Amino acid sequence: MALRLPSKVLKHILSFIDSNEDRNSVSLVCKSWFETERKTRKRVFVGNCYAVTPAAVARRFPEMRSLTLKGKPHFADYNLVPDGWGGYACPWIEAMAAKSPSLEEIRLKRMVVTDECLERIAASFKDFKVLVLTSCEGFSTDGIAAIASTCRNLRVLELRECIVEDLGGDWLSYFPETSTSLVSLDFSCLDSEVKISDLERLVSRSPNLKSLKLNPAVTLDGLVSILRRAPQLTELGTGSFAAELKPEAFTKLSKAFSNCKQLQSLSGLWDVLPEYLPALYSVCPGLTSLNLSYATVRMPDLVELLRRCSKLQKLWVMDLIEDKGLEAVASYCKELRELRVFPSEPDLDATNIPVTEQGLVYVSKGCRKLESVLYFCVQFTNAALITIARKRPNLKCFRLCVIEPFAPDYKTNEPLDKGFKAIAEGCKDLRRLSVSGLLSDKAFKYIGKHAKKVRMLSIAFAGDSDLMLHHLLSGCQSLKKLEIRDCPFGDTALLENAAKLETMRSLWMSSCFVSFGACKLLSQKMPRLNVEVIDEHPPKTRPESSPVERIYIYRTVAGPRMDTPEFVWTLHKNPEIGVSKLAIK
Amino acid sequence: MITELEMGKGESELELGLGLSLGGGTAAKIAGKSGGGAWGERGRLLTAKDFPSVGSKRAADSASHAGSSPPRSSQVVGWPPIGSHRMNSLVNNQATKSAREEEEAGKKKVNDDHQPKDVTKKVNGKVQLGFIKVNMDGVAIGRKVDLNAHSSYENLAQTLEDMFFRTNPGTIGLTGQFTKPLRLLDGSSEFVLTYEDKEGDWMLVGDVPWRMFITSVKRLRVMKTSEANGLAARHQEPKERQRNQQA
Repeated sequence: MALRLPSKVLKHILSFIDSNEDRNSVSLVCKSWFETERKTRKRVFVGNCYAVTPAAVARRFPEMRSLTLKGKPHFADYNLVPDGWGGYACPWIEAMAAKSPSLEEIRLKRMVVTDECLERIAASFKDFKVLVLTSCEGFSTDGIAAIASTCRNLRVLELRECIVEDLGGDWLSYFPETSTSLVSLDFSCLDSEVKISDLERLVSRSPNLKSLKLNPAVTLDGLVSILRRAPQLTELGTGSFAAELKPEAFTKLSKAFSNCKQLQSLSGLWDVLPEYLPALYSVCPGLTSLNLSYATVRMPDLVELLRRCSKLQKLWVMDLIEDKGLEAVASYCKELRELRVFPSEPDLDATNIPVTEQGLVYVSKGCRKLESVLYFCVQFTNAALITIARKRPNLKCFRLCVIEPFAPDYKTNEPLDKGFKAIAEGCKDLRRLSVSGLLSDKAFKYIGKHAKKVRMLSIAFAGDSDLMLHHLLSGCQSLKKLEIRDCPFGDTALLENAAKLETMRSLWMSSCFVSFGACKLLSQKMPRLNVEVIDEHPPKTRPESSPVERIYIYRTVAGPRMDTPEFVWTLHKNPEIGVSKLAIK
Repeated sequence: MITELEMGKGESELELGLGLSLGGGTAAKIAGKSGGGAWGERGRLLTAKDFPSVGSKRAADSASHAGSSPPRSSQVVGWPPIGSHRMNSLVNNQATKSAREEEEAGKKKVNDDHQPKDVTKKVNGKVQLGFIKVNMDGVAIGRKVDLNAHSSYENLAQTLEDMFFRTNPGTIGLTGQFTKPLRLLDGSSEFVLTYEDKEGDWMLVGDVPWRMFITSVKRLRVMKTSEANGLAARHQEPKERQRNQQA
C-alpha cells in the first residue's frame, strides 16, 4: 500500500522550507506536492520579469506576501541598455492589486517604476510594509510621498541608487504624525535637502528604527541631531561629512557617535575630511560593515580607521587605500568576508592607479574568511591569481576588473589563462566570476571545465574565437547568467549550444560578431527563448550576415513581450512573417 | 590555426545542433572557424559615438570630464564597469579636485604640464619599464607596447601589426577590416605610424635613430595617411621643424 502524506502534514513540513530553490524542487515531485507548495509560498522571487506573466504568478501563489522582481539585464548598470528598453513594474502592480491584495512587500531591481505605479501600490495593499527599489527609475519624489502618506504600517522604504526626479524634500513631511512603524529608511540617492525638523520628528517617533541612510544634503549638524534621537541605530548612512572645521562640531559629532552603541554598519561619508574621521573611532570596534567607497580619504587616515575595525566583515573602499592599506587590512581585519576596491579615477588612460595585484594578495593571505571580492586595478599577474586561489579556495564571488583591456600578465607578457584556471579549479564553491585582462580561448576551456558551480559569468574583451563561447556553453554546469561584451566569437558556438540557453536565465552579448541571421534561426528553433535584438538600425535593412550590436536572450513561458520599443526587435516565431515589432503604442 | 570564417553564404550554412553535449566533430568544426572573418563594418568596436540617441540618461549627461585631461581614446560605453551613481560621484570629485587645485604628487592629470615624460613611469613606487600607449584611428581600445622589449623600428612595426591586424593565439585582432599588411614604415600604405614627443609635437616615426626615439616618445598613434598632413615630414632637419612650430 502506497503511503501518502496528508496535505496538512506536508503543509506543516513546508512551512520550514524558506529557500525558493528548495521549494522549486519540492514542486517538481508530483502534482499534490506542487499544489501544496504553491499554496504555501509566501515569498516569491522572479529573476526576470519577462520570463513569466504577472497573472500567472498571481494565480499560482495565492498566499504571496512578498514579491521580488528583476527587470533589465545587469549590463544596464553600465549604460549598455538604452533608455526605454523595458522592465516596467506597472503590469505587475496591476496584476497584484487585483489578485493579491494582501501583498506586503515589494522589492524591485532595475525596473521602471512610475509615480502612478507607486500610488497604485499605496492604494491597493492595505497592509503594505516593505518597499525596496534598487537601481530603478521613472518616478519622482511625489511617488515616494504617496507611499509615505498612505501606507500606515510602512516598515521599510529604501531607495538604493535609483534615478529619481527630485522635486524637493517635501516628501519626507508626508509621513503622518501617527506613523511610528519605520524600521528602515534609505534616501541616500536623492539630491534635495529635506527639512531637518521633519526628519528629527520622524526619527523621534520611530522607536523601531534600526537603519537610516541619509542623502548627501544632510549636513553634519543634521547628522548629530538625528543620532541623538536614534542612538539605537544599527545601520547608518551619513550625509555629507564636509563642514567647516570647528572644534565644537568635532566634539559634538564624536559624542553623538559614541552613544550609538549598537552601530554595526556605516556608509555614506561623502566628502569626508580626514580631520573628522577620529569622531568615528568609538564605533569602529563594533563595525561589521564599512562602506568608504565614496570617501576620498587617503592612506594614513584610512589605516588609522581600519586598524580599529577588528570585527569588520564587509569593506568597500576606493583604491586610495593602496597596497599598503590592504596589507594593514589583512593584519587587522581578520573577520573580513567581503572586499570591494573601486577606482578613484574612471579614466581609461589613467596610468597611476595606486593598487596592484599585491594588495589583493595580502588580503587573500591574511583574511581566512574572505569569500567575496570585487577588485579594480590596472593590471595583474598569473602568479598573483594562483596565490589567491591557493590561499582562498573558499571564494564564492570573484570579480576582477583589470581596467586596461587585453592587459597581459605584466611580468611575463602571457595571457592570464593560467591564473583564471587556478581560480576556477581551486575555488570549488565559486558562484560568481568576472574575468578580465588578456585571455585566450584556453582560459574559457578551463572555466568551462572546472567552474562547476558558477551561476553568473561576466566577460569583456577576451578570447580569440568561437571556441571561447563553445567552452562556456558546453561546460559550466550551473551557469544561469552569462554576459559578454566585445569578444570575437560569431554564430557557430551559439547555435551549436542553443539547448543550453533554456537552462539559463539569460544571455547578453554585445559588440560580438553574432549575425542577425543566427538570431533569427535561434528564435525559430527555440520557441521558449525570447531572442531580442537591440539595434538602432532595423535588421531588415542589412544583410543577414551582418552582426547585430546587442542581443539579449532569455528563457520565458510568457512568449515575446508586447512592450518592446522601436529599437528592440523580438523575432516572431513564425518564419514567414519574419521580423515584426510587437510594440503596442 | 585560426582561419577566416566564411559568412554571408546564407542560413543554410548555419546548422543547429541541439544536443547539450558535443559530438566528436564539433570541437574540430569550431576550431576551424573563428569570429575573425567577414569583417566588413563590424570590424570595429562600437562606442557611444555610434549611438548618439540611443544611450542611457544615467551618466551620459554628467560625465563631462571636467577637470580631467581630454580622453585620449574615444570613450567606450560602459567601461570600466562602474555603476552610474559611482561614476557621477567620481566625475564630481575630479571637478572639485581641479577646482581646489590640490597638489597631486605622481599623477599625470595637470593639463598644462609639459614635463618631459620618461618612457619609464612609476606605478606605486615600482617602475614600469617602457610601456607606452598606442592608439589607432578607428579603434576605440588603445593598447600598450613595451618599447624596451623592442630593438628597432621594424620590430615595433611588426608588433603593432600583430596587435591590431592579426589574430594570433593570445592576442586579438581589433580591426580586421584591413586585410593588407600595415607596412607602417614605408610611405605607401594606408596608415602611418606617428608619435608624440616630449614637447607635445606629433611626428612621423622613423626619422631619428631608435635609441633617441625611445627617449623622446610619449605615445604612439597609427594614423590614416590622409590625415597625416602637416606632420613634420620625414626628412626635415630638427631645426627646421622647430622653426615651423614657432611660426
